[in-house]
Amino acid sequence: MNAAVPTAGVADRLTGLVGALRSHGVRIGTGETVDAAQAVAALGFADRDRLREGLAATLLHNPGQRRVFDPVFDVYFPRGVGAPDGAGPADRDDLRDRLAAALAANDQALMGQLAIEAVDGFGGYGGTTATDGWSSYQTLDRLRPQTLMSRARDTVRAQGGGAGFTDRLLEDEIRRRIEVFRGQVATEARRRIAERRDRDEIARRAVAPTADRVDFLFAGRDRLAELRKVVQPLARKLATRLAARRRRASRGSIDLRRTLRGSLSTGGVPMRPVLRRRRPARPELVLLCDVSGSVSGFSDFTMLLVQALHDQFSKVRVFAFVNRVDEVTGLIGPGAADPGGLSARIRSEATITGWHGSSDYGVAFGEFAERYTGAVGSRSTVFVLGDARTNMSDPNLPAVRQLTRQARRAYWLNPEARSQWGTGDSAALVYAELVEMHECRNAQQLSALIGRLLPV
Amino acid sequence: MLFTSVDEVSARLAEVGYLASPAVATTVFLADRLGKPLLVEGPAGVGKTELAKAVAQVAGARLIRLQCYEGVDESRALYEWNHAKQLLRITAGRDETWDETRTDIFSEEFLLARPLLTAIRGDDPKVLLIDETDKADVEVEGLLLEVLSDFQVTVPELGTIAATSRPFVVLTSNASRELSEALRRRCLFLHIGFPDEELERRIVRLKVPGLDEALTESVVRVVGALREMDLRKVPSVAETIDWARTLLALGAETLDENVVRDSLGVILKHQDDVLKAAAKLDLGAV
Repeated sequence: MNAAVPTAGVADRLTGLVGALRSHGVRIGTGETVDAAQAVAALGFADRDRLREGLAATLLHNPGQRRVFDPVFDVYFPRGVGAPDGAGPADRDDLRDRLAAALAANDQALMGQLAIEAVDGFGGYGGTTATDGWSSYQTLDRLRPQTLMSRARDTVRAQGGGAGFTDRLLEDEIRRRIEVFRGQVATEARRRIAERRDRDEIARRAVAPTADRVDFLFAGRDRLAELRKVVQPLARKLATRLAARRRRASRGSIDLRRTLRGSLSTGGVPMRPVLRRRRPARPELVLLCDVSGSVSGFSDFTMLLVQALHDQFSKVRVFAFVNRVDEVTGLIGPGAADPGGLSARIRSEATITGWHGSSDYGVAFGEFAERYTGAVGSRSTVFVLGDARTNMSDPNLPAVRQLTRQARRAYWLNPEARSQWGTGDSAALVYAELVEMHECRNAQQLSALIGRLLPV
Repeated sequence: MLFTSVDEVSARLAEVGYLASPAVATTVFLADRLGKPLLVEGPAGVGKTELAKAVAQVAGARLIRLQCYEGVDESRALYEWNHAKQLLRITAGRDETWDETRTDIFSEEFLLARPLLTAIRGDDPKVLLIDETDKADVEVEGLLLEVLSDFQVTVPELGTIAATSRPFVVLTSNASRELSEALRRRCLFLHIGFPDEELERRIVRLKVPGLDEALTESVVRVVGALREMDLRKVPSVAETIDWARTLLALGAETLDENVVRDSLGVILKHQDDVLKAAAKLDLGAV
C-alpha cells in the first residue's frame, strides 16, 4: 500500500471532485469520500477507465447521476495535460480522411485521439491569454463530422461489410458513432479550458445539470425524453408521500363528545382521548394545461405525472387549451402508449385552437367556465399549468374568479422564473392575485410542489 | 479477500462463463477489497443475478439467496423461533423449574436461521444474494441496514451475533421502487446497462457456440438497432441469446426479411413493439 496511498495532491483533487458533484445536487457524505479515496488507493492510477468506474461506484447512488459524473471526472482527472505531443498543425482534409476511416471501422480509441487533435487544431480562439479558450462548437463547425456519413458508409460497403439484411442499419449506426465523436470533442474542449481557467468553476458551469434540474422551458428533446423516464419512479415516490400525509391527517383532532362519554367508566377522568375519524373521501383533481409550443414540455410532463398518480384520486380530469379548451383525459389514460407523441396526439385529436395558433388564456378560461362548469365542484382541486402569456389579449378575470370560487383549492404552476412574471405579455401577476401561483421551473421543483400541494 | 486485481476478477469470472465489462470487474473488485455490499441495478435480463452466482462459483463460496417479495418480513429474512420444537421441549422436561426451561428453549437449538442470519454465522466463505430488493417493503430495508453496515444480527433473547467472516453481499434491484438513501449509502453502486457491441458478440459466442460468426454479428447489430427505437420493452441480453438459439434451431445461415419477421416475437414481447420494429426495419407486413 505504499505507492498507491493517495498523496496530498490526489486528496485535494478528490475533494474538489466531490465538491463539484455536490454543487450539481449529488448528495455525497464524508463516508463516501473516504470510500472513494480507498478505491483510488486500491485501483491506482494505471487505468483511467477503472478509476472512473471505481469512483462512480463509491460516490454515486443512482444511474441518472452518471450524466453529471462523467464530465466532472474528465475535468478533475484529465487524460493528459496540454496539447497532444508529436502532432504538427493538423490538416483539415487529412483529419477528415482519418475520421471517416475511424467511423467506418468503429474504432472509438482512434476517434478519441482524433477528437484531441481536432480541438487542438481547430478549437482555439482568441488572441490574448485573458480571453482565449477552446470551443467544441467551433471545432465541429470547421470539421463538419456529420458530412462524413456517406463516405464512411461507402467505405464499409466497399469492404463488403454492408451486404445483406443489416445494411439498412448501417446509416443509423454511423450517425450514432458521429454523436459519440461529438461528445468526445466536447469533453476534450472542456479539458483544455479547465487547464487555463479555474477547474472548480468549469466543473460547475460547463457541465449540464441532471435531468430533474433542467428548466422545462429550455429542455431539448432528448432531455424531455429522459424526463419522461422518471415519471413512474417519481409518481411512486409521491404516492408514498401522499399515503404518509393521509395517515397523519387521519389522526386528527380530539372528538370531545366521545372522549367524555368514554371517561364515564373511569369516573369522569378522560384516560383515553378519542380522535375524530375522518371520512376517507378521495379528492378530485382537475388539470387545465396550456399545451402551446412554448410550454408543452412542461405540460406534457405534468400530465403524465398526474396520470401516473391517478389511483390516488377518485377522479382526474385533464383539459388542454391553446385558445380553445377541450377535454383530453382519454388521451393520456394508462393504456395509451408512447408518451413521446403525447402533445402531437393532443394537437391532432382535440380541438384546442380556434382561428389562430397562439395561446389566449382569457378565451380558454371563458370557454371552460361555459362548457365544463360541472367539472369543478366543491371537492375538486384545480391546477392550472402555463406561463400566463396571453399575447396581450383580455385575461378574463371574472372566469378565473368563478373557477376559484367553485373549486376547493386552485393552484397555478408557472414554468417561468418568478422574475419573468408580469414582463412583456405575461399576465402572471394579475392572475397571481386570484390564484395561488407557484414557480415550477424543473422536475425537482415540480415534485416538491406536487408532494406539498396535492390534496389528501 | 477473494481477488488480488481487477484483471484477475475478469479472468476468473470469464472462466465460469460470465463475461464482465470493465465497470463490472472494477466494482466487484472494490466490493471485495472495501468489504462493502454491492447494489446492482439495471434492466431485466442483463445478468444481475448471474453476477452473484458467478462470484459464488469463482470463490468456491456457498450462495445464500434471499428472494424479496411484497410482504417478506423478519421471520422470512432473518430468523424465527421454532415454536413447535419449543413446545415439545417444555412438555418433555416436566420436572424442571421454569427458569431452567426458559433459558433452554431460547437457545440456538430452537432458532431457525433464515438467509440473513445464515449468511452471518459460520466461517466458510459465503455469497449473500438479496434478489429484487425493490420488491420488498420499506420496513425490510431497515432490517437490512444493521446486517449490511455491521454484519451483525441482534436476537433479543440471545444477544448480538456478529459475523466472523464477512460474506460477499450482492443486492439486485429493477428500480421499480426507489430504495432508501440510507441503504444506498451503505453499498457500492453498480449500474449494469446493455453491453457494447463487442462484448455482446463475445457473450453470444460463448453461450451459443454453434452460431456462425457473421450471423452472430448481424444478430447483435439488429438488437442494437432495436434498442435505439422507442419500444415499450427493449430486448435485453437474455433475449439476444434466445434469438441466437432460435436462429440456430431454425438453421438460418444469414439474416433476411423472412427470418427476422418470423422470429421477431422471440426478442419483442409486445405486439405494438413488433409492429413498430417491423415498420422501422422495412420488413413489410407482419
